[in-house]
Amino acid sequence: MKIKGRAVWIPLALTISLLLIFSCAKEKEEKKATTELKEPYKVGAVFSVTGRTSFLGEPEKKTAEMIADAINNIGGINGHPLELIIYDDESDETKCVLAVKRLIKKDKVPVIIGPSLSGNTLAVVKVMNDAKVPLVSCAASFKIVTPVVDRKWIFKVPQSDSHAVLTIFDHLIANGKNKIAIMSVSTGFGASGREELLRLASEVGMTIVADERYGPKDTDLTAQLTRIRGTDAQAIVNWSVGPTQVLAVKNWYDLGMTAMPFYQSHGFGSRKNIELAAGAAEGVFCPLGRVNIPDLVPADHPQKKVIMIYNEAYQKTYNEPLSSFGGHAWDALNLVIDALRQVGPDSAKIRDYLENRKNFVGQHGVFNFSPTDHNGLTKEAFEMVVVKDGDWALAP
Amino acid sequence: MEKISLTGQLIQYIFTGITVGSIYAMVALGFNIIYNVTEIINFAQGEFVMLGGLIMVFFSAFLKLPLPLAFLLTVAVVTGVGALMERFTINPLKNATVLTMIIVTIAVSILLKGIAMFVWGKDPYIIPPFSGSEPIVILGAAIQTQTLWVLLMTAVVVVLLSLFFKKTRYGKAMLACADDPDAARLVGIKVNTMVLISFALSAAIGAVAGAIITPISLMEYDRGALLGLKGFGASVLGGLGSFYGAVVAGILLGIIESLCAGLISSGYKDAVALLLLLLVLYVRPSGLFGNVEAGKIKEF
Repeated sequence: MKIKGRAVWIPLALTISLLLIFSCAKEKEEKKATTELKEPYKVGAVFSVTGRTSFLGEPEKKTAEMIADAINNIGGINGHPLELIIYDDESDETKCVLAVKRLIKKDKVPVIIGPSLSGNTLAVVKVMNDAKVPLVSCAASFKIVTPVVDRKWIFKVPQSDSHAVLTIFDHLIANGKNKIAIMSVSTGFGASGREELLRLASEVGMTIVADERYGPKDTDLTAQLTRIRGTDAQAIVNWSVGPTQVLAVKNWYDLGMTAMPFYQSHGFGSRKNIELAAGAAEGVFCPLGRVNIPDLVPADHPQKKVIMIYNEAYQKTYNEPLSSFGGHAWDALNLVIDALRQVGPDSAKIRDYLENRKNFVGQHGVFNFSPTDHNGLTKEAFEMVVVKDGDWALAP
Repeated sequence: MEKISLTGQLIQYIFTGITVGSIYAMVALGFNIIYNVTEIINFAQGEFVMLGGLIMVFFSAFLKLPLPLAFLLTVAVVTGVGALMERFTINPLKNATVLTMIIVTIAVSILLKGIAMFVWGKDPYIIPPFSGSEPIVILGAAIQTQTLWVLLMTAVVVVLLSLFFKKTRYGKAMLACADDPDAARLVGIKVNTMVLISFALSAAIGAVAGAIITPISLMEYDRGALLGLKGFGASVLGGLGSFYGAVVAGILLGIIESLCAGLISSGYKDAVALLLLLLVLYVRPSGLFGNVEAGKIKEF
C-alpha cells in the first residue's frame, strides 16, 4: 500500500519540480530583461479589493494592472519600467492607514493612488501631509480636497457629489420641476449626497418636500416611497449604491409611481443595475461620467478617444463590462504616469506638477487642477442619461 | 400624479410589514427549532436564507429549471447543507458547552458567507416573481403578487411544522427532547438523530424564506447576517423556543418597522424596533409567549 502510494507521488513530484524550475527560469529571464532597463519608477496603490466595497476596488486594481502592463510593454516611462505596488485595504480604515504607511516607509514610493473609499482617504490625509508624499484619491467626497490649505498633498479624480447634484437640479429645472423628494442610504455615500442635495437645493430654489433614509441592507423601500406618494413631490432623487438603489427603482415601479420621474445618483452607472431592475428602470434618469457611455459620447468630444481605447482594452483583457470605478483608477494612474514622465520620481515635484496640470483628458472629465482646486472638474464632467429599452440613452 | 390617501398608505405599510415580517418569522422558527432541541442559538440561520436565495437563482435563472422543481431542489440542497453542518461541526463536539457550540455556529456562518462569495461573487442577484409582475392595487396601495406567495408559503410552513410536531413520531420525539433531553434519552429517543433533524429542518425553513424573498428584495452573499439578527430579535421577542411566538413576533416586528419607516422616520426604523424589543424584555424577560423557565439562561 505504502509503495503503491509512493509510486503515484513520484511522477507528481517530478511534474511539480519541473514546473517550478521552468517558472524560476522564466522569472530570471524577466529579471534580466528589466535590469537592462533603467531603475524602475515605483507607484503605490491602495484599493478596497475585498470587503464590503470590493465592487470599487476590484475594477480599480484590474485597471491599474492593465495600464502598468501596457506601459511596460512599450518600454516604460522614459525607459524606466513602472513598478506598481498594490495593497488591499479590505475596505477597512485601519488597514488602509497601515498599507499607506508601509508604501511610504518600506516600499519608499514617491506617489500613491487610491484609496477607493472617502472614509479611508480622509483617514490617511495626515499621514500623507506628514510624509510629504502626494496622494491621488479614487474616492468622491469633496471633503478629501477641502479645505485645500490642509490638503496640500491630496488630490482626487472622481467628480464631487455637488457636480452630480447640480447636473440633476439643472435637468429638473429645465423640465419645470421644483418640488422634489429625496431618498438616501445611511452610509457615507448616502449621507454625503443628502448633505449636498439639501445645501444646493436652497441655492437653486428647489423645495425638498420629503427626506427619506434607509439602511444599506434593507429589503424593502415601499414604506419610504409610499410616504413620498403622500406628498406633492414632482420627482424623486435617490442617493445610494449597491442593492438598495435597484430595490428603490423596483419598488417605485411596482407602486405605479412612474408618473413621478426618478433620478438616481451617479452611483447607478453599471448596466448590471438595469438588468437587475428587470424592466423597472425604464425612464430612470442618472448623471454619468462619460466613461460609462462610450457609444453615446459624440465623436468630436475630447474624451471620446481615451474612453474608446480604455473600454476596448478593458473588455479585451478581462472579458467583462467596464465599471465606472475602474475609470477613476485610469485617471489617477495616468495623471501620475504623466507627472513621472515630466518630472521623475520626486514627491515634491510630482505634487507641484499635478497642482498645475491643465487640460488632462481623462475617463471622467477634462481635468484642470489649480492651487485652489485639487479635483479639477466641473459639473460638465457629467452627462444626464436616461434608461431607454434596457440601455442608456442621452436624456432629452 | 395623484396623492395616496392615508388609508391607502396604511394598507401599504401593513402589507410591506407583513411581507418582511414573514421572513423574520421563518428565520425565528429556524432559531427556535434548534434552540428547543439543543439550546444552541444557531448564528448560521441567516446564511441558510442567503443560500436558499442564491441556490434558487442558480437553479431557476441559471439552469432554467421549472419553478417548482427549482424550489424543491433548493430546499433539498440547503437541507443537506444544514445536515452536513450538524454532522461535521456540532456532532463531533461531544462534551462541549452550549457556548462553545454557539461560537462554532458563528464560524460556520462566516464560512458559508465566504463560500457564497467565491461561488456567486459579490453582486446581488434576482429572479422574476413566481407569477406575474403586475401589482394588485387596493385603495391606491400596490401589493406585489410575490407578497401573496410569501404569505402563502409562510402559512404552509407553519401548518406543516405544527402537523410535524403534533402528529409524527419524530416531531413528538423532538418535542420530548426539548422538554427534557435526559428523560427523552431514557425512554429510548436518539437525541443525536433529533439534533441532526433539527438542523436539517431549520435549514429547510431558511431555504424556503430565501427562495421566496429573492424576487422582492434581491439576494447577495452578505445578506444573511442582518436577516439572522432580525430573526433572532423576533425569536427573543416571541419568547425563545415558542413556536407561535416566533410567527407573531416576526410579523409584528416587520409591521412595526414598516409603520415606523412610513409614519415617523425611516432613519429610526431599526432603532425603534430594537427599542421595542428591549422594552418587552424589560417588562417580560421571557418574551411575549415564552414561559419563565425557558426565559432563564440555562447553561451559559
